[in-house]
Amino acid sequence: MSTREITVRINGTQHAGEVEPRKLLSDFIRDDLGLTGTHVGCEHGVCGACTVLLNGDPVRSCLMFAVQADGADIDTVEGLAPDPDTLHPLQEKFQERHGLQCGFCTPGILLTARALLRENADPGETEIREWISGNLCRCTGYRNIVTAIREAAAEMSHGDAAAPAPRKD
Amino acid sequence: MKPAAFEYHDPTTLSEAMAVLSRLGEDARVLAGGQSLVPLMNFRLARPGHLVDLNRVTELDFLSVEDGELRIGAMTRQRALERSDEAAAGWPLLREAAGFIGHVQIRNRGTVGGSLAHAYPSAELPVAMVTLDAGFVLQGEGGERTVAAEEFFLGTMTTVIEPGELLREVRVPAPAAGSGVSFQEVSRRYGDFALAGAAALVTMDRDGSVAGARLTLTGATPIRAQAAEETLRGQEPSAALFREAARHAVAGIEQDSDMHASAEYRRRACEALARRALAEAAQRAAASFEEGSS
Repeated sequence: MSTREITVRINGTQHAGEVEPRKLLSDFIRDDLGLTGTHVGCEHGVCGACTVLLNGDPVRSCLMFAVQADGADIDTVEGLAPDPDTLHPLQEKFQERHGLQCGFCTPGILLTARALLRENADPGETEIREWISGNLCRCTGYRNIVTAIREAAAEMSHGDAAAPAPRKD
Repeated sequence: MKPAAFEYHDPTTLSEAMAVLSRLGEDARVLAGGQSLVPLMNFRLARPGHLVDLNRVTELDFLSVEDGELRIGAMTRQRALERSDEAAAGWPLLREAAGFIGHVQIRNRGTVGGSLAHAYPSAELPVAMVTLDAGFVLQGEGGERTVAAEEFFLGTMTTVIEPGELLREVRVPAPAAGSGVSFQEVSRRYGDFALAGAAALVTMDRDGSVAGARLTLTGATPIRAQAAEETLRGQEPSAALFREAARHAVAGIEQDSDMHASAEYRRRACEALARRALAEAAQRAAASFEEGSS
């Protein structure tokens, strides 16, 4: 089976790999690079768990082949927190507001929310619900997820998005 | 999950893509946004021997207005169409229809040409393009031909595209002055496949009567409701008129039954959506005169 050499920039770091053309981007990220924060649920584009940012836009990584990402810039959930001891404001609010229970859908939702807040720093509830409609959560009922995103948006628009969020404990 | 193995081709120009397609003939499948084909491959319902990926053919990714026509390259992302203010200014039906396609993650990858060539029954863009009387430019190795949207769709996931041919571009004429549009759809949840849908384009005369209308419903292929269009022509818009037109629109149409909805449900939903689409399109058409004269 012929393979191809690819180079993908993930969370700011260049990763090289050799892949069969049929290898899904989600499998490349998880199995070849060991970045298991990207979750794989339905593998046919319905659940949204595998959502990553491709050149800034949220996409299903199970509906792309890794070869197609050659030369691309990808963000996964591992790149969200500014450093190992600090959560991103979105993560902080998900924790505070119980925006997750089992956590399976959380990486995909966090990345979708991050893209939304880049496009609109102050989205209303309807817009948030439209954006996350492509991410299935079977635990929470979404209410706390929406609240967490709204509060993160408020915190980030105070201009301290890059700074460590204050700890509440 | 692992699709069956395939030979991968990633041309960077249209002429390279055409050469590969013509060499491979029926063995080749074209990969556009992949939001329908890749799921089929993941389940191994599709096992193409050769995949010709158009994602690096940047010349197929464009939106422009020329000679009053909107020209959309086949590889234009659905999200780009949805967000284009230029397209929305002259062709608001396309932004409305695009907003119903899957979810934002799907629209970021899914393409205009891919959706049309895939010809899935509940898809939004085929219905919108038939309503707007778009022309589809098919590129063959020896030349091109243009097919009217209405002639393009032959059946479920079947179009007039021949092996070795490629849907290159869509050309959408500008609706006449005094036009209004509306796209209506019902699905179980936001972003799910449509159970029923209707698109309307209504053009009003200055005397307040309907100059012309186009109405299209979802079905195995987009269903152009010509009987309804005839009912409307020259008439004064009213709730009763739209009710009558919608009744004519669904008389005798065939709809599929499946686990999501019965054919009868789909027919009745199409009727209700046709009525709402016509009413909203007519109202917007009338409003366009008021805006224009003020």
